[in-house]
Amino acid sequence: MDTEKPAIEFYLDQRSGVSPYMQLVQQVKHALRLGYLKEGDQLPTMRMVVSKLAINPNTVFKAYRELEYEGLVESRPGQGTFVRKTLADASLASHGELRQSLIKWLQEAEAAGLGEESIAALFASTFQQFHKREEIA
Amino acid sequence: MIQALEATDLGKRYGKEWALRDCTLKLPIGRVAGLVGPNGAGKTTLLHLAMGLLEPSTGSVQVLGISPRQNSSSILPRIGFVAQDRPLYRTFSVKDMLTLGQKLNPHWDMALAQERLANLSIPLNRTTGKLSGGQQAQVALVMALAKRPEMLILDEPIANLDPLARYEFQQTLMDAVAQDGLTVLFSSHLIADLDRICDYLIILSASRVQVASDIDSLLRTHKRLIGPRERQASIARTHTVLREQSSERQSNLLIRVNGPVLDPAWEVQEASLEDIVLAYLALQTGVTFSVQHKDTQEVPL
Repeated sequence: MDTEKPAIEFYLDQRSGVSPYMQLVQQVKHALRLGYLKEGDQLPTMRMVVSKLAINPNTVFKAYRELEYEGLVESRPGQGTFVRKTLADASLASHGELRQSLIKWLQEAEAAGLGEESIAALFASTFQQFHKREEIA
Repeated sequence: MIQALEATDLGKRYGKEWALRDCTLKLPIGRVAGLVGPNGAGKTTLLHLAMGLLEPSTGSVQVLGISPRQNSSSILPRIGFVAQDRPLYRTFSVKDMLTLGQKLNPHWDMALAQERLANLSIPLNRTTGKLSGGQQAQVALVMALAKRPEMLILDEPIANLDPLARYEFQQTLMDAVAQDGLTVLFSSHLIADLDRICDYLIILSASRVQVASDIDSLLRTHKRLIGPRERQASIARTHTVLREQSSERQSNLLIRVNGPVLDPAWEVQEASLEDIVLAYLALQTGVTFSVQHKDTQEVPL
């Protein structure tokens, strides 16, 4: 049958503390946002994901169902699961520029003597505060 | 509703020592359940009671709705069992093992066994004693699968394997679950892989069941809290504190929630499955936790 490379290769980070189900959902969304997955692309069959990752079939089923529920993919009986909608919008065009300014910021942080962990912590806490502010507003 | 495994006040005593006591739990059909606990917690005893290899001292156990001890001839063909020591006849070739399996089991699926072993590149003419530990475990698993069982019971199947062999074993196991919708109950004292493999968890500690629950419910109902130590007592009034690690001012708690945590002084974080398991394993007595869930789902593939 189809011997092409799958549109997305899942992986699991066992030490991330994020549940495997959520990791699969996030990886699809991430690929959709960055334009790696496009409308009409087929996700690997559940059986393929299960055999490759040695993961509980229910977990894959749940992740695909969640993506379907959010309208991002659709399952076509007998064919598989396909991307319905991309998350890469007009904002994708500005990614390059934003990435550049982020790199500049990272260089500044490094020059100021922050290590990897301090940078990650600073970003995470600022990000969190930023969102809280939005929630309140 | 028929459960894959249902134990009621099940206990096993050797002389004065209880190997397992007050064990009440239900494992729904179609689940992949991990049975975890330290060595000597009663895991093997529970599995042997489920297989009808032991007579309960108290209470009862049913597997697929049948008492295994009284009806072994009707229940055994429906269960694939792999005992702790991966029982293979060491002087037999893999092929001889398959022939033996075929002679002993009415529903033996030789094509399935051969296909799975071919996929694993395990040579059929090799003596089982000359296979690697990982290959022996795979052959034992394939033998259990070729019976076409409704349920698999595995006693520490991967305890002595290297990480790669362990992973490959889990691949075969999960693939079989995806294909046949088997119920699986496997014991392990390794907890790192649980959230990838299992959707149900049974924790035994000090001969008692500490947890028998759907993993999603476990994750939903357990949280980590970080906050001021002087406010810990008020948390403990509402919720069940399973583990506490405190400095002079700060407390780091793992709790089972009974409702929302309202005090904004506490930062609420998700607890990982590993955190939760370790907290229960550290408990010596008391708190038991059992969730009956409604949404047992089928997996159409």
